[in-house]
Amino acid sequence: MVKNKKGIPRLLAYAINALLFFVFLGILNSLIASGIFSSYYVKILMLIAINIILAVSLNLATGFLGQLPLGHAGFMAVGAYASAIFMKATPLPNFVAFPIGLILGGLVAAVFGFIIGIPALRLRGDYLAIITLGFGEIIRVVLLNIDSVLGFNFTYGASSLKNIPKTTTVTNAFICVSIVLIIIHTTIKSKHGRAVLSIRENEIAAESCGVNTTYYKTMAFVMSAFFAGMAGSLYAGYVGILNPSGFAFMKSIEILVMVVLGGMGSMIGSVISATALTVLPELLRSFSEYRMVAYSLLLIIVMIFKPSGLMGTYDFSLSRIIGKCGDKISSHLRKGKEGRR
Amino acid sequence: MKDINQAIIPERDKDKTPAIECIGLGIDFGGLTAVDNFNFTLGRTEIAGLIGPNGAGKTTVFNLLTKVYQPTRGKMLLLGKDTKDLTIAQANRAGIARTFQNIRLFKDLSVMDNVLIGLHNEIRYSLAEAIIRLPSFWRAEKVARERALDLLSIFDMADMAEKQAGSLPYGAQRRLEIVRALATNPTLLLLDEPAAGMNPSETGELMENIRKIRDMFQISILLIEHDMNLVMGICEGIAVLNYGRIIAKGTPDEIKSDPNVIEAYLGKKGNANA
Ligand SMILES: Nc1ncnc2c1ncn2[C@@H]1O[C@H](COP(=O)(O)OP(=O)(O)O)[C@@H](O)[C@H]1O
Ligand SMILES: [Mg+2]
Repeated sequence: MVKNKKGIPRLLAYAINALLFFVFLGILNSLIASGIFSSYYVKILMLIAINIILAVSLNLATGFLGQLPLGHAGFMAVGAYASAIFMKATPLPNFVAFPIGLILGGLVAAVFGFIIGIPALRLRGDYLAIITLGFGEIIRVVLLNIDSVLGFNFTYGASSLKNIPKTTTVTNAFICVSIVLIIIHTTIKSKHGRAVLSIRENEIAAESCGVNTTYYKTMAFVMSAFFAGMAGSLYAGYVGILNPSGFAFMKSIEILVMVVLGGMGSMIGSVISATALTVLPELLRSFSEYRMVAYSLLLIIVMIFKPSGLMGTYDFSLSRIIGKCGDKISSHLRKGKEGRR
Repeated sequence: MKDINQAIIPERDKDKTPAIECIGLGIDFGGLTAVDNFNFTLGRTEIAGLIGPNGAGKTTVFNLLTKVYQPTRGKMLLLGKDTKDLTIAQANRAGIARTFQNIRLFKDLSVMDNVLIGLHNEIRYSLAEAIIRLPSFWRAEKVARERALDLLSIFDMADMAEKQAGSLPYGAQRRLEIVRALATNPTLLLLDEPAAGMNPSETGELMENIRKIRDMFQISILLIEHDMNLVMGICEGIAVLNYGRIIAKGTPDEIKSDPNVIEAYLGKKGNANA
């Protein structure tokens, strides 16, 4: 069997990861079933999952690709509405419709990502920030007013799109999280991911190495948009009611704060900070007016004391940790044996 | 001056198409003519030098050859093919690789990753294969890593593979840039001041290695360098640039005694001490 550097077989590492994930899901579900986790906790758990996907997908475009998209909530909105409208209209049973809605939300967001990414990413420089900023706002305004243009009810604008089937569960939300994490991780650790990183590091040098930078920028950005759309679908199936005001500029900034706080280019950082920034506001409900103030302060403090974010670019690897433990144990055993001799 | 359509060392590989042929190449930046009437041919497996005072336009020539800049006038053939419509990446794939005067490594990535990015187009698997981690992915990665280590060992750098590129000493960073360029499997390698910042013993080693690379890979090398020992020591042909124009072309000995060159470097007689 092929072994990785630290010596545990690759397939074993995969199996351990998968096992731990299902144990985690099992524990969550039994806590919910036994009533220890109230429905309030369940809601927060789902929100954590959604925010993790949003943060990690934005990190792909910021931390890994080195761009600064400011309209992530726009992609989320597009995905949410696409999947909600589909879920309301489809006669399919929920367990069939849910994955279709999820992928549809992702695809619609990806198409938008492609359309605005192509012109912005062909150029060197920070055009993407401006274009995505505009995109996010345009999407919100369009969702708000499109019905009066169309002449029939489509997004229901300010009066909200209601009665969306509530298909999102803790289990399917966290399965989505794990899939997104796996896809982004395996992408980054491949020639495609290295190409994306090389663009962040030095675009001219990347091109001089024969890397088609426009292609890889678009790839990373479209992937980022796809997962944001997917998160939007989950969100639609979680709240059951959508209003364009939920996808305003501040939502994009909230996601960006999660990424910056966790560390640009660190997936585990995004996971931790998305979790913390979902739980904290709930704990501090009574101070909710001050949330944005708190965010700004937090961000300023992190920028002063640890500009690379909490985790820097560090990424967590279970097999590395197991490998290290294994090394320690085996060196321990060896010492033990030598001692006895 | 020699015929522009002749390589500086015409006797070797004269039956093969030249690595590059520049015909009347020129570029203006606004009102400034940075390079003008650049006629230059480099034969296969030839090592040539491009020298001249600071601001003469040497780096600009490299940027024209690698398509970082589009020429205002003239044309350039890479292995006999016109490069008019190529992007930087396409020019690389067509066989031209380079290093930079101001080192442009992927600083936050490992030495290994830097070389693997050089090998980007040699590694063949799709994104889908990578995501589901098919055996073809692991196989291609393994081959690429071994190749990267082989390339690094040319400069005795294989043991640094896991180090962060930006943490290497200056000389090692310059060598890594050469390795990364070689990884793209070029026919023509452009080195922009490869010995800058190196001490004499490092420079001596570099000279040996440049020759070694040419012999191993059978590639043409064009280098910009201010270290005259290096230039005179390894270049078979030299072109001297001043104010964007070639003022002399020839063998090292011809260049050393060329009055135009002496004037460009030391100023006009009488001004020499000014
Ligand atoms: N992108 C640019 N825009 C304007 N001027 C440039 C640009 N690149 C180079 N130049 C000018 O072209 C001239 C040649 O520069 P360069 O090729 O870097 O010289 P060197 O021979 O020292 O490498 C200089 O006067 C420089 O200022
Ligand atoms: Mg220069």
